[in-house]
Amino acid sequence: MTSSLATVSYIGATILFILSLGGLAHPESARRGNLFGIVGMTIAVLATVLGPQVTSAGIPWIIGALAVGGAIGLIAAKKVQMTQMPELVALMHSLVGLAACLVGFASYVDTSAVFPTAAEKAIHEVEIYVGIFIGAVTFSGSLIAFGKLSGKIGGKPLLLPARHMLNLIGLVLVILLGNWFLNTHSTGVGMALLLVMTVIALAFGVHMVMAIGGADMPVVVSMLNSYSGWAAAATGFMLSNDLLIVVGALVGSSGAILSYIMCRAMNRNFISVIAGGFGSGGGTPSAAGAAEPEGEVTPISAEETAELLRDAKNVVIVPGYGMAVAQAQHVVCEIVKILRDKGVIVRFAIHPVAGRMPGHMNVLLAEAKVPYDIVLEMDEINADFPDTDVAIVIGANDIVNPAAQEDPGSPIAGMPVLEVWKARTSIVMKRSMASGYAGVDNPLFYKENNRMLFGDARKMLDEVLGALSA
Amino acid sequence: MALLIGVPKEVAAGEKRVATVPDVVQKLAKLGFEVAVESGAGEAANFADEDYRAAGAEVLPGAADVWARADIVFKVRPPTLEEVGMLREGATLVGFVWPAQNPELMQALQARRATVLAIDCLPRQLSRAQKMDALTSMAGISGYRAVIEAANAFGRFFNGQITAAGKIPPAKVFIAGAGVAGLAAIGTAANLGAIVRANDTRAEVADQVVSLGGEFVKVDYEEEGSGGGGYAKVMSEGFQAAQRAMYAQQAREVDIIITTALIPGKPAPKLITAEMVQSMKPGSVIVDLAAEQGGNCELTVPGEAVVRHGVTIIGYTDLVSRLAKQSSTLYSNNLLRMTEDLCKAKDGNILVNFEDDAIRGLTVIRDGELTWPAPPPKLPAAPAKPKAAATPIAAPKGHGHGAGEPMSVKSLAVVFGIGAVLFLLVGLYAPAAFLAHFTVFVLACFVGYMVVWNVTPSLHTPLMSVTNAISSIIAIGALVQVAPPLSDSVVDRPNALILGLAVFALALTAVNMFGGFAVTRRMLAMFRK
Repeated sequence: MTSSLATVSYIGATILFILSLGGLAHPESARRGNLFGIVGMTIAVLATVLGPQVTSAGIPWIIGALAVGGAIGLIAAKKVQMTQMPELVALMHSLVGLAACLVGFASYVDTSAVFPTAAEKAIHEVEIYVGIFIGAVTFSGSLIAFGKLSGKIGGKPLLLPARHMLNLIGLVLVILLGNWFLNTHSTGVGMALLLVMTVIALAFGVHMVMAIGGADMPVVVSMLNSYSGWAAAATGFMLSNDLLIVVGALVGSSGAILSYIMCRAMNRNFISVIAGGFGSGGGTPSAAGAAEPEGEVTPISAEETAELLRDAKNVVIVPGYGMAVAQAQHVVCEIVKILRDKGVIVRFAIHPVAGRMPGHMNVLLAEAKVPYDIVLEMDEINADFPDTDVAIVIGANDIVNPAAQEDPGSPIAGMPVLEVWKARTSIVMKRSMASGYAGVDNPLFYKENNRMLFGDARKMLDEVLGALSA
Repeated sequence: MALLIGVPKEVAAGEKRVATVPDVVQKLAKLGFEVAVESGAGEAANFADEDYRAAGAEVLPGAADVWARADIVFKVRPPTLEEVGMLREGATLVGFVWPAQNPELMQALQARRATVLAIDCLPRQLSRAQKMDALTSMAGISGYRAVIEAANAFGRFFNGQITAAGKIPPAKVFIAGAGVAGLAAIGTAANLGAIVRANDTRAEVADQVVSLGGEFVKVDYEEEGSGGGGYAKVMSEGFQAAQRAMYAQQAREVDIIITTALIPGKPAPKLITAEMVQSMKPGSVIVDLAAEQGGNCELTVPGEAVVRHGVTIIGYTDLVSRLAKQSSTLYSNNLLRMTEDLCKAKDGNILVNFEDDAIRGLTVIRDGELTWPAPPPKLPAAPAKPKAAATPIAAPKGHGHGAGEPMSVKSLAVVFGIGAVLFLLVGLYAPAAFLAHFTVFVLACFVGYMVVWNVTPSLHTPLMSVTNAISSIIAIGALVQVAPPLSDSVVDRPNALILGLAVFALALTAVNMFGGFAVTRRMLAMFRK
């Protein structure tokens, strides 16, 4: 295959990737979109392998590596539970980051590249340096995110004293080392500098994600998604490969937009999320003079819940991370089926940051075979709560907290929330009265039309289902 | 040992309610109590003896049996002295008692060494006590029934219609006093399609009136009428004059007036004078819910419906009893909730715990000792109202599809400015080869931006996993390093090291590539209509 043919194939692959992302605009076209992605990837890999840059000596190695990695990937994809998607995605991001590092190092030690001018050589080295840096941050950050999401590391943010200072020092150090790296002529010194920088970058990634609380995980996951894209783009610059640049840019901007959407859904600015420390209530929730909620918490039993549901005409279910933890989505679906058969209008309201990654709840509900046309976004359904008879909140807290609208002193003030308290009755399923990740007390629980169904979401919903089908 | 709860038939004339319905019998049994019901106790409220038996109650033929055997007696109306005579020494009585109005009854009960829980003495301001607030549930019923009685006596439709036979204007209803009964009346009348106006001396109820579909009519005078504990207080003379003017005007305009104004311990305020009645249109209706306390209208005859100046004035005092099944059900639920609080152990025994503010307030006699009136609840129950009009925070518009509102001119200018400087720097110093790639990069970012905003939020997880799979395109970088065609001039290339790094990187990206696409496929397959 000639160089031109390979280039043309790359263009084809690029178009397919763009179509792939475009396909996700709607569930109907999304399956086709994924197919486009697969075809694009196949074309890109084949064009490279058969192209002028790979000699036949490498073929066995390539096939071996693809077979081993591919097998692991397929098994993981098959085995993973939908509730674990955030972990899987985070883990995969770390692989991309590591790969970007490795390619960067390999590129640095490769002496076969020839540069006509000093400027071009300098740019190449900058690209290597930046590529490895982003790759390393993505790698370690994603690993920590994986640990936090899978519960191997506690969700509480780790807040070192003077953490902003540490980050700043790290960054300055990286820049200074980079300057030195560009000016040195010895490969040995350059290599040492690269390694030192990599260690700093790794520490930087660890520190950054460690400082972020559980509730901000959706932002972190999408941010790392973005980083893995930029890492690919940097690699593309390094190797002068347009395909890598384009795809990296696509992925990078996709992740950036997701991060932006998530931040807006929490009414927080991106910098403050990354600066971290929110999840602990590191702000001043109590000192802000947040009025102690007045009133009484009214508990309710599973049977009474079933009775309320049976008499309702219009029901809205608000799932949160608690539903994922309790693996309750299938029971929810059963309940929905029974209610719909009785002619009750049941819909789901999804807050953009419900769960631990963007769209997490949608995937869980889809897994439980809930039809996607009754799963609505916050903006679509918020106006309907006054006409709703029963709103059930399953394992969510901050996203239904009226303090966001009513109490300007609240740490979550201004965050858009689902207005469940406007429903005639709201039922909150919760294990205890503990506050959510934001560490803010929820006045919803004390509202007169709110009932609390205490217990494990799965067990309680099972009881509700039993009472409903009886 | 389980205590026996006795439910005698109500003896007051025209009283159709019963203190316990079969559903509640079952729930009391679950708490460990036994229940005995007088034969025919529920008949007037459409509960047959068989229903009680089926629910697990014993049905006794005569009242004397019930009174003699019961450890606890559930009543609706205050007992007569004759009934008190049948009460066992040391037994417990639950029901309406009105200790202030019935001093003789109180003495008789003390003499029987009884424990008396007066449901009318409940500290209503405790939110925990709302579940047992029988006054509220009864008031709600009388409000509903008042509208039904008015509709019955009124010669026209409530809702406006345009029919082939001509246009029918909607009825106009004015409701004086927006307490529980008033609010229930507002809701009922509004549901029937009438135009509803309401007034109350307590300004804070205006929102509640509006929320039920009514219109709040203000008195043109500044004074706050909240008398604590959710009741109204007596107003000043100036206010009353302004109020009379407003009532007089409403009387001329509306078709139906429902009055619910009560001040605790005082005769009902006379809101509607004879002249106002005279000024009303013939065929209009007044329902006076305060008839028992003398009536809000000067012409009300308690217990009767009379026609004066062409206006029907309804002063029934048994509105609640006219909805006997409903009111019995609600009342017995109130008693059940109270019993639950008395019997926390669910062992069929009661504990009159004076630490509990609600129980303390209810208990007017304990073991023959007068404990009424109860001291005010310890807790400051009247919640320091969280500032009702907390300034709503302008919530930012949530995202929709598309990039949201356009940026302000200023921030747009800043972004463009920074962009221009960056591009200038790149243009000044970067070599041509880099610029070609840079062009591609910037354009790709924009394509990504445009495409990704169109992705529906429900597919954000698949979006992440597919972009993750696609970012394994980095494999290309590894591929070209595995075994590139080398010119002979290159001598010191560490081939083995590069090969190792590249193959490892390739394996890593392969995990992503296959795993990412496969898991996306699996996820998307689940999205079904």
